[in-house]
Amino acid sequence: MEYEPVIGLEVHAQLLTSSKIFCACSTAFGAPPNTNTCPVCLGMPGVLPVLNRKVVEFAVKMALATNCRINTYNRFARKNYFYPDLPKGYQISQYALPLAEDGHLIVETAAGKKRIGITRIHMEEDAGKLIHDEHNPYSYVDLNRTGVPLIEIVSEPDIHSAEEAAAYLRALHEILVYLGICDGNMEEGSFRCDANVSLRPKGQEAFGTRTELKNMNSFRNVQRALEYEIKRQEYILEGGGEIVQETRLWDDSQGVTNPMRGKEEAHDYRYFPDPDLVTVHIDETWIEEIRKTLPELPMARRERLQKEYGLPAYDAGVLTSSRALADYYEEAARLCGAPKIAANWVMGDLLKLLNEEGKTFDACPVGAASLARMIRLIEDGTISGKIAKELLQEMYAAGKEPEEIIAERGLVQITDEGALKAVIEEILAANPAQVAQYRAGKEKVFGFFVGQAMKATGGKANPRLLNDLLKRMLAP
Amino acid sequence: MELYELTVHELHEKLVSGETTAREVLDAYYRRIEAVEDRVHAYISLMKETAYAQAEEADRSIREGRIGPLTGVPIALKDICCTRGFPTTCASRILENFRPPYDATVVARLRAAGAVFTGKTNMDEFAMGSSTETSYFGVTRNPWDLERIPGGSSGGSAAAVAADECAAAIGSDTGGSIRQPAALCGVVGMKPTYGRVSRFGLVAFASSLDQIGPFTKDVRDCAILMNVIAGHDPRESTSVPVEIPDYRAFLDRSVEGWKIGIPREYFMEGIDPEVRAAVEGAARALEGSGAKLIEVSLPHTKYCVAVYYIIAPAEASSNLARYDGVRYGFRAEDPRDLLEMYKKTRSAGFGAEVKRRIIIGTYVLSSGYYEAYYKKASQVRALIREDFDRVFALCDVILTPTTPTAAFRLGEKLDDPIQMYLSDIFTISANLAGIPGISVPCGFTGEGLPVGVQFLAPHFEEGRLIQIGSALSTLMPREVRRPRL
Repeated sequence: MEYEPVIGLEVHAQLLTSSKIFCACSTAFGAPPNTNTCPVCLGMPGVLPVLNRKVVEFAVKMALATNCRINTYNRFARKNYFYPDLPKGYQISQYALPLAEDGHLIVETAAGKKRIGITRIHMEEDAGKLIHDEHNPYSYVDLNRTGVPLIEIVSEPDIHSAEEAAAYLRALHEILVYLGICDGNMEEGSFRCDANVSLRPKGQEAFGTRTELKNMNSFRNVQRALEYEIKRQEYILEGGGEIVQETRLWDDSQGVTNPMRGKEEAHDYRYFPDPDLVTVHIDETWIEEIRKTLPELPMARRERLQKEYGLPAYDAGVLTSSRALADYYEEAARLCGAPKIAANWVMGDLLKLLNEEGKTFDACPVGAASLARMIRLIEDGTISGKIAKELLQEMYAAGKEPEEIIAERGLVQITDEGALKAVIEEILAANPAQVAQYRAGKEKVFGFFVGQAMKATGGKANPRLLNDLLKRMLAP
Repeated sequence: MELYELTVHELHEKLVSGETTAREVLDAYYRRIEAVEDRVHAYISLMKETAYAQAEEADRSIREGRIGPLTGVPIALKDICCTRGFPTTCASRILENFRPPYDATVVARLRAAGAVFTGKTNMDEFAMGSSTETSYFGVTRNPWDLERIPGGSSGGSAAAVAADECAAAIGSDTGGSIRQPAALCGVVGMKPTYGRVSRFGLVAFASSLDQIGPFTKDVRDCAILMNVIAGHDPRESTSVPVEIPDYRAFLDRSVEGWKIGIPREYFMEGIDPEVRAAVEGAARALEGSGAKLIEVSLPHTKYCVAVYYIIAPAEASSNLARYDGVRYGFRAEDPRDLLEMYKKTRSAGFGAEVKRRIIIGTYVLSSGYYEAYYKKASQVRALIREDFDRVFALCDVILTPTTPTAAFRLGEKLDDPIQMYLSDIFTISANLAGIPGISVPCGFTGEGLPVGVQFLAPHFEEGRLIQIGSALSTLMPREVRRPRL
């Protein structure tokens, strides 16, 4: 029987506010354990939460970017459960009235564009971390992360393959980072994903029994885990078995999912409205204020780059993979007036240089204006493309302007016909045997003369002019 | 007259005029405490060391002419208010030796006003109780009859004021925990509007109901303390940024022409006849001074206790989840694993009444029961609030008995939670509606036990309560009786 996978994703994204959601503690990653804490995030007796307005603002940005309806009145609720990384014994989250609902995202898959529904986006606080000691039977609690703001983005079960899931996640990730509200670092846990997966016979409406997958800390792992889980469920169903509803952990080293043990029982979180926090009121004025600060989103930008600069889809995709890269490219393209050539330089040589050092366009040593000037120097024939490649490397390494290096090193292209003629005459005179061969019809020897001329000019000969002159002067 | 018998305003006058010093006053109080405390047991802990430092500072500031509204006045704090560096136990084993690294906002405000803290008073464990018998640190006795309870949960604060073991005290009121013990101990106790006095640093019992307020020897002192503790606090989201009047301005003013609502549901059978007589006496005295008594109805009154015993335990079950033995307070020894640590710690750390309420609260929030209990209770709560809105369109204040009976005997209701819960039957509604209430002494039973009358006012109208309380005090000559200790 043919089965159709049904996948829903829950994404937790840490927001890039400088302080926590309900207290003034820093959200910085990597501080010594329990130093970014105060009585409020430690859950001491009698303390009270006060909502960080910035968190609402960031969450609203994401809600707008994913076409959600924002609830004018939304409220926080307590999710009750015991765990040592949860100081209050409850997590402040949202339940009955979340920040936003009914959104969607268009993602690009191999099969074309696809609309994936977003059920809800809500705000909540992160929990701390447990550190287990391998050598003695203790666990330690680090509460630095407690109270770091999160948004949870819950998708509709609209996803039907591991590939679609990965495409959806990439799109969400890209938007979050574009909006500047999440650093998207999956290893540090700033962007986490859980998946609900079930199979149903193709054509059937009703959902099958689902499992929940956790512990997938990269796009690749999400895709691999889903592929594995789909196969596993298929195998069980094919054999006439039944899927057990459970939480399963992805084991990266073995490439399998295993049932989670111990902690997982059927939790009853006993949600109820948090009496310590008042209803969050988000009026139209505030929403409009936030909407004005939204940048152009990646997909719209990709489409615009194709139209405005005549770029192929692939180039537009690469150039919009980060906001910094796209901003850089657009500035360079605008300044040099040759968008296609600019695209080649940015995506080619420059990206390679940055990648070699693991840098991004935020920290590019060559400014977009410098790159644009270099491109203009090629265009007006001052330097050759070949020279430009070396030039860019030097601009990158030394942080110098192109004109400066050209002047220092005398890299200006030889476009003077007389000067080039003299060089060629010398070469012809020194190599009579090759001249004779060429004139006897052995055209391959032409390359030899080009090489000699380039060598003699240090690569500065204008290639087109050199070709013309050589042809004319070698003619019998 | 002994120094410890004076009111806050009398003491403050003597301190400012130089007739006495803060140190002398504090000495007098600690001598008084030494003399009576083994019988009353109003305190869980005394703050002698810091109190003398505060008294010294008070004397210095008086000499330098920096005089705050409470400079040098000894005040007791219910042990539910966090005091920086000093144990705050909530009368529970689970918080034995817990020292908060912060002051409650109320404590900070009192400090800034120059108060001297005598100690932390006894209470029902986590403020759950109406008799101060559920304290891990033993019972408090009613100064008027040591065989009787002082009321609760703020029984220690009420008894401390009644027994002259402090000039005034701070308590907290979730369902009557200030007004009920104030009535049973013959002192003035006010529960302000929800949101008027900061809850920051008040160990939470039921967050949507808890409110801090003062216990005082007279209504004037109540106004003085309210001036200090009321006000917006940015550290509390539910704190309301509403202007605070000078509450003293409401003292010694007539209530002529006022309409006093007498809700018929509060004068049904079950009230002790002597209590009823005293409360009706107070109503008639006010009528005699030109106020008009009108009968009103609060039809949802009969649901108050039921609603309260769903909402309060629900919030408590969540608020008390933090006492897990992980970070502070009591932790059971040698658990085998995490689950056992939780179970042993919470089994041994909490008393029976607290566990009962955690279980009730957990139940009413559970999936499948939430709609029938918590949600329904929240809806009825809204109706109770509407009752008051309707009635306050007809009258200025409402008058009721504070309690259905005078102080009962130790142990009398301890094993009968329903009877115990019913002792708050007249006070719970104000917490559910968020409105302010005050209990003012209005007489004695034949056995010499104090009786209190309760006044309720619309949100943020504490001034009316001060005004009518003060008016009543002038109508009923100041009670010269003091507990015989």
